[in-house]
Amino acid sequence: MSIKQISVFLENKPGTLRKMTQVLADHSIDLRALSVAETKDFGIARLIVDDALAATSVLKDADFIASLTPVLAFEINDEKGGLNKLLSIFDECHVNVEYMYSFLGGKKSQSAYMIFRVAHTKEAEAELAGKGLKMLRQEQISEI
Amino acid sequence: MERYYQEEIECASREKIREIQNEKLKKQVQHVWDNVPYYRKKMEAKGITPADIQSIDDLHKLPFITKDDLRESYPYGLLGMPLKDCVRIQSTSGTTGKRVVAFYTQHDIDLWEECCARALTAAGATDEDVCQVSYGYGLFTGGPGLNGGSHKIGCLTVPTSSGNTDRQIMFIQDLKTTILCCTPSYAAYLGERMKEMGLGPDDIPLKAGIFGAEAWSEEMRHDIEKTMGIKAYDIYGLTELSGPGVSFECSAQDGMHINEDHFLVEIIDPDTLEVLPDGSEGELVFTSLDKEAYPLLRYRTKDICQLKYEKCSCGRTFVRMAKPRGRSDDMLIIRGVNVFPSQIETVLLNHGYAANYQIIVDRVNNTDTFDVQVEMTPEMFTDNLGEVEAKQKELSDGLKSMLGIKAKVTLVAPKSIARSEGKAVRVIDKRKI
Repeated sequence: MSIKQISVFLENKPGTLRKMTQVLADHSIDLRALSVAETKDFGIARLIVDDALAATSVLKDADFIASLTPVLAFEINDEKGGLNKLLSIFDECHVNVEYMYSFLGGKKSQSAYMIFRVAHTKEAEAELAGKGLKMLRQEQISEI
Repeated sequence: MERYYQEEIECASREKIREIQNEKLKKQVQHVWDNVPYYRKKMEAKGITPADIQSIDDLHKLPFITKDDLRESYPYGLLGMPLKDCVRIQSTSGTTGKRVVAFYTQHDIDLWEECCARALTAAGATDEDVCQVSYGYGLFTGGPGLNGGSHKIGCLTVPTSSGNTDRQIMFIQDLKTTILCCTPSYAAYLGERMKEMGLGPDDIPLKAGIFGAEAWSEEMRHDIEKTMGIKAYDIYGLTELSGPGVSFECSAQDGMHINEDHFLVEIIDPDTLEVLPDGSEGELVFTSLDKEAYPLLRYRTKDICQLKYEKCSCGRTFVRMAKPRGRSDDMLIIRGVNVFPSQIETVLLNHGYAANYQIIVDRVNNTDTFDVQVEMTPEMFTDNLGEVEAKQKELSDGLKSMLGIKAKVTLVAPKSIARSEGKAVRVIDKRKI
């Protein structure tokens, strides 16, 4: 039940991120979550948006290099220890996290959303399926 | 007191030099006519035979030879001696299309090393000196040339080759090196490192340096001289003609004396190909007067410069050439190494990148910086930072192994490198020399 994250190559130069958000704004793409990873020479922006396919296509049209990456998204209660509880289940299932980022609230203010890139997405999904977690599906993204 | 390696020729009268040149030129023309069909064809096309060349005044009748001829006749087309008489090759850097391989008989090596010995002696070297050769050894002529010259004089030769800066400094300190040979940018780097290590000019045993294979400014000379407490001499040469030592600086440091008993020099207008009057600025053209294995007649160097005929205070009578102002083709000399944009293109294509790139060369603290900007492609991109960095490193290693020097690879956004309608601007050289 992975969802589609868009990964965008960002040259290390002032204004690059803004150029990307301009494209998204111009096409009314709703940004649900964003994380930027960088090395000293370049960066990769990771985006969760309401319409991943449309966003990828408009970014490509604007000469960005964008690719889709499957990630797992979970809704948890926004409370102390919430993420720890989730990750202890990951531990049980031996799920290896490559990177993660989160966003809070959304339209349900009591919730937080955790997004994970894991080593073996399909297997991890299967392992985590029966654990009573709220794993988000692609079509739920626009609702949060 | 000025020292000479071969005073009788270095300080010979102009008449004597001319006499030697006349003799050698006639012999050399006959040699290529007899042994190099490529030249013979070129001469026949101009309707001349060796009989038309009776003195250096007839030089202008001979056809020019260019780098294109050299490439066209790669590898053996210009060979003037049977291979069994050849003992060495040296080569310029370059892909198959650009590489020049020059051949040497033992006689050719001897005369090349003699030229280097003259340069070293002009810089004050004697058999009492310790001469550290920090030019690259191998196909590059810098190391082998100065190494040979240093042997001829009888210096204690320290063949460190380039790189490993701290070891270079250790040898300079421990062996009390007095003469340093390397590229000027490497000399500047060594100087800087010594300064960082707390070594002042008085702590450094060096007294002179011979720095060539790339362009450098007077400011850079003063910097190097001050930092290391030495006198810094320029040296000029081309692999095509032998290597370093075609010309060299003397104590006057006012132009480089051309070894005219071996290399006949002309200045031409690169557009009309007319020989220009004495003192004019134009393209340097050399004729090797006694190279056996790789004899070049009227070789166009593409280096733009000017000759000085006034008598030099050092006592040498050989004509002097100013530092070449620039090279008219696309070759870059970065940290003393020849780099052609086409080589970079080859590496990019081999690593799956498109040939959209830009080379940015600058000089920071007297050392050349070398950046290659490459456009990211969808094929090369992954979501994994480590993977992208690994590919970046792969490319950087590929460039290092092709060029012999390290380039900084920067991945830039697609289409961010300006396209032009005509010839692409591949090189941005910001060095102010």
